[in-house]
Amino acid sequence: MKDHYDIAIIGTGPAGMAAATVASAHGADVLIVDEQPEVGGQIYRGITHQSIKDKTILGDDYYKGQSLADAFAASNADHVSGATIWQVSPEREIGISKDGAAHLLTADQVIIATGAQERPFPIPGWTLPGVMTAGSAQILLKSSGITFSNAVFAGTGPLLYLIAYQYLKAGVPIRAILDTTPKSNRLKALPHLPGALFHLSSIMKGRKWIKALKSSGTLFIEGIDNLKITGKDSTEAIEYLLQNKWHRIEASNVFLHQGVVPNVNLAMASGCIHHWNEQKLCWHASTDEWGSSNVPGISIAGDGGGIGGAIAAEYQGRIAAYQALYTTNKVKKQERDTNVLPAQHALTHEMRIRPFLDAMFRPATQYRIPTDDATIVCRCEEVTAGKIRESISLGCAGPNQLKGFTRCGMGPCQGRFCSLSVSELIAKAQNVSVNELEQLRLRPPVKPLMLAELANLTTLASEDT
Amino acid sequence: MSTSKQTADAIIVGGGLHGCATALYLAMRGVNCAVLEKDYVGRHASGVNAGGVRRLGRALPEVPLADTALSIWRNIEDLIDDDCGFKSLGQVKVAENNAELSALKNRAKTVQDIGFLHEEIIDQKQLRELLPAVASHCIGGLYVNGDGHANPYRTVTAFKRKAISMGVRIFEKTPVTEIVRHGKNWQVKSPSKKIEAPIIVNCAGAWGGSIAAQLGDYAPVEAQALMLMITARMPHFVKPVVGSQGRTLSFKQFDNGTVMMGGAYQGSAEPEQNNTHLSFNGLAKNARAATAIFPIMRQATIVRSWAGIEGVMPDNIPVIGAGSADGVYHAFGFSAHGFALGPLVGKIITDLIDGGDIELPIDAFRIRRFSQNKDI
Ligand SMILES: Cc1cc2nc3c(=O)[nH]c(=O)nc-3n(C[C@H](O)[C@H](O)[C@H](O)COP(=O)(O)OP(=O)(O)OC[C@H]3O[C@@H](n4cnc5c(N)ncnc54)[C@H](O)[C@@H]3O)c2cc1C
Repeated sequence: MKDHYDIAIIGTGPAGMAAATVASAHGADVLIVDEQPEVGGQIYRGITHQSIKDKTILGDDYYKGQSLADAFAASNADHVSGATIWQVSPEREIGISKDGAAHLLTADQVIIATGAQERPFPIPGWTLPGVMTAGSAQILLKSSGITFSNAVFAGTGPLLYLIAYQYLKAGVPIRAILDTTPKSNRLKALPHLPGALFHLSSIMKGRKWIKALKSSGTLFIEGIDNLKITGKDSTEAIEYLLQNKWHRIEASNVFLHQGVVPNVNLAMASGCIHHWNEQKLCWHASTDEWGSSNVPGISIAGDGGGIGGAIAAEYQGRIAAYQALYTTNKVKKQERDTNVLPAQHALTHEMRIRPFLDAMFRPATQYRIPTDDATIVCRCEEVTAGKIRESISLGCAGPNQLKGFTRCGMGPCQGRFCSLSVSELIAKAQNVSVNELEQLRLRPPVKPLMLAELANLTTLASEDT
Repeated sequence: MSTSKQTADAIIVGGGLHGCATALYLAMRGVNCAVLEKDYVGRHASGVNAGGVRRLGRALPEVPLADTALSIWRNIEDLIDDDCGFKSLGQVKVAENNAELSALKNRAKTVQDIGFLHEEIIDQKQLRELLPAVASHCIGGLYVNGDGHANPYRTVTAFKRKAISMGVRIFEKTPVTEIVRHGKNWQVKSPSKKIEAPIIVNCAGAWGGSIAAQLGDYAPVEAQALMLMITARMPHFVKPVVGSQGRTLSFKQFDNGTVMMGGAYQGSAEPEQNNTHLSFNGLAKNARAATAIFPIMRQATIVRSWAGIEGVMPDNIPVIGAGSADGVYHAFGFSAHGFALGPLVGKIITDLIDGGDIELPIDAFRIRRFSQNKDI
């Protein structure tokens, strides 16, 4: 690692890999960093050493990552894996921890490509051992071939069906699939269907997964309400209401999923402006056509700025890289424009399906804003929905005041897993839109940092306190 | 919101701890007051500070105030119906060598000479008993029994609630943009409000200088961004609040096991934007100080850091007292240690307004000590 780079890229998913490949091909000095030991991000995790022999289990879309990873491997970008980025300052000072040592370095341009995370699913019992997100289950499958027999899959969204389908392909028995997609979504998605028809093959793929799951004899139940997980010290059962009758399925593993949202913590802590997207029910980075944020030299590419999927992320990575190259005088305007044009067209095309998907798989209010007061919202500090509502009634006006009231969002995850639920909960209680609330102020270190590392931090410039 | 003219007996600029407490004490004497706060109550220093309540190491003019303030803290629930999380577990300043210990001895003597006995020297053995996890090279310290810490946001919110229950009007998101003389009154303007009163109290913290200027007084306040950091939960290893004679450090562990560290390390502040930036070089120094005094801290993990905007005066003591014009009072610029004085200063201001006797010496805090004011 050097003290300074032309372009630093955070994240080795499709956006980061594409950006690094383009940027280094044009002679930029590029650093690319990721927490994971291998490239691929969430979508292509394990792509460079996949141990699953049968390629039909993970499917064609997964293996699309291969050529991207190959091109990246052939580039001469400095790749630092297994490292934690704990800050990107507005001055583009980057804090990295690797092998127990912390470093500060700088870059002329920073591309934040931190990808997506799964939306929280705060229902009673969601913090019990035995419950994990479907995405985590998929990570275990991709990275080490680990599976769990007789698990219940619950929730909504393409990823839920895909993972269940991958389980099916791998021959792992599934106890049940409980679909929480609100019935009314279909009607609301209908107006967006024309745009989505440009992606008929994607839609057909999704239908194929669901059809295969249903015809395999797996219990597939739709239209359920009041989902909850019960158990004493760990998961024992999942319960739900169907046509006004309570049902109970015994299970020791439950995989929850209701869509993915941008992983915004790093960009927010860097001072990048975000706004609430009511269609997607999450924070979006406020960026221009190049992905550039309000903070000079910091741009955001891929799902981290707004969900578009792996292919879109790849294009966004290329576009952000060309803009970074242009800003640092590595390519001329003309070269930038001719090179990004195909990517821009392809990106527009990619995005056409999104409004349909957003409407079709919009998670139900009851699973985003817990109605039961005892449901935990902030896992780190074990703050319940009831406690939050009580604080609001005491005059707590937004997520920042809530920290002072309840420590909610102040644990090691810094609100990563609760800030969406908290924002929606407060907005609902005050009958305002989330955009009217003050945003959670995030501060570095964005990821926990060992004090011993901080103490040994190699100082950049002499600075007095 | 109406822009129609409103009146009050007293207007308080700033809804920090000092603004809210002043309003409460005034209201308790039947004064009709309005607090104007540009953001929300406790948004700045008062809500995000380290919560230290200490007499230990106070600048000499502050010693009597800190001592009286502590007696209020001890019974804070009687005043505002909330214990504010106040814990009286002592504060100690550690000496790592003989030079530091003798400096502490001199300090203790100076404080005794002005009649206060709370600061006591402890030897290495006593230090170990008090702080079993302290580094073995530490040889003693200065200890104050009875000092402690409280929860800042909870405290300022409790003052706010109590003040409201006594009839105080608190207007949040109401920045004071202009103050003019209007007959016998001060007319205070904000985009959404115009209000006037014969008495105005400047409790604007780091912004106190510009409010003072509009009231005809000069005070060179510097807005500093003071940084703090907090760890993930650790096993309990320290009860008192700990400082160091040779290093800049303020250190405490909470009931939930998390450890908070600070010591007035500075980031950079943009008070007009309500913005602060952290300096990791400063935080690294803070980390070195903490690990030097408590080796167990090498295992600690930092999960959060932040900075709050504080008004710091050149001589590191606040401005408290009457201004030069009629009906003007100031209480700002608490220079990184005004939380502990929170429950007291509003009472002093109220006594001043009442024209009654002030039992505590406050001359050192007069605004006229700064050169551009005509000192008398
Ligand atoms: C990180 C940190 C740690 C600290 N640790 C300690 C400690 O351990 N112990 C201790 O005793 N002290 C500590 N302090 C200091 C203490 O927090 C402050 O001295 C104290 O809170 C000051 O209170 P205040 O009401 O004067 O100021 P503030 O809390 O800053 O309140 C002033 C208010 O005035 C408002 N305002 C300003 N201009 C206008 C305007 N034009 N119109 C309307 N409103 C306006 C501001 O928005 C603000 O809310 C610390 C401070 C910081 C920042």
